[in-house]
Amino acid sequence: MEFIYSPWPWYVAGPIISLIMLFLILFGKTFGMSSNLRTMCSALGAEKFSDFFKFDWKAQIWNLVVILGAIIGGYIAYNFMIIDYSIDLNPKTIKHLKLLGIEYNGGSYMPDELFSLSVLESWKGWVFLLFGGILIGFGTRYAGGCTSGHAISGLSNLQLPSLIAVVGFFFGGLIMTHFLLPVILSNWFLI
Amino acid sequence: MKFLKFLLLGILFGIIMTKAEIISWFRIYEMFKFESFHMYGIIGSAIFLGLLYIQIIKRFNIKSIDGLEINFIPKKHGFIRYFLGGTIFGLGWAVTGACPGPMFVLLGNGFLTVFIMILGSVLGTFMYGLLKEKLPH
Repeated sequence: MEFIYSPWPWYVAGPIISLIMLFLILFGKTFGMSSNLRTMCSALGAEKFSDFFKFDWKAQIWNLVVILGAIIGGYIAYNFMIIDYSIDLNPKTIKHLKLLGIEYNGGSYMPDELFSLSVLESWKGWVFLLFGGILIGFGTRYAGGCTSGHAISGLSNLQLPSLIAVVGFFFGGLIMTHFLLPVILSNWFLI
Repeated sequence: MKFLKFLLLGILFGIIMTKAEIISWFRIYEMFKFESFHMYGIIGSAIFLGLLYIQIIKRFNIKSIDGLEINFIPKKHGFIRYFLGGTIFGLGWAVTGACPGPMFVLLGNGFLTVFIMILGSVLGTFMYGLLKEKLPH
């Protein structure tokens, strides 16, 4: 029981993720989450606007079922498998965040300053969430994959394009975390 | 019934993403600050074992459960699309702390504002579809 409620270490998580990929391969599919966003566009009728969305999206329904499961799994883990929501963060990280105005109080996986419902009372919250999402959706499709499709599936299959994409992921991520985020957050609390 | 196995794999995915704190914005921030091994251990061990599994499948010519040949379709060659697209995604990953899989897990965790982010990501994918022909690849 102790194991169920305590946070799972990397050496449990990594191997299980690779098993999920293995099972999807054995089921004749691939492990890639961002393709679902394209499938959703097509299902919503986007083929009227671009040929990019003209494909047999119904053949991708299995992957939509995977993310439906992901929502359910998230619900189960959150409600029945965690007692203490604090994260064993590096104290240095907590200190850095405090300087940026993000208070780590140990009660949530996400900072309230950016993700609580009250952020929707300000236009900043809408811009942050919507624009952040646009970067994810645009970037993953341009690159042809995300962390699951390129970093895990692609690198496991020794794909050079995936290595280039993963270098890009970290290049963009480092620019954001080290240079842009401090600027965004300093304005976040001013306006 | 044929979708049940995918639903179960998805549930396992949602549980592991939550229990290992991979969906946490704080963990992603910490990762990009190089202040914890946690995320690198997860991604690294998943790739290491994935490499092993794929080599075994190729070496022993293992078939899928439908008895079909397993084909690993190589990614198309290129540089700009992978690097530029990757960089744009990286910016989004670091600012929102989320990827296209964990976004949905967060929704299950009850973070309802993430729904706006998901809408944004569908919109971003749509924008790529509109601009595809004009972008360097």
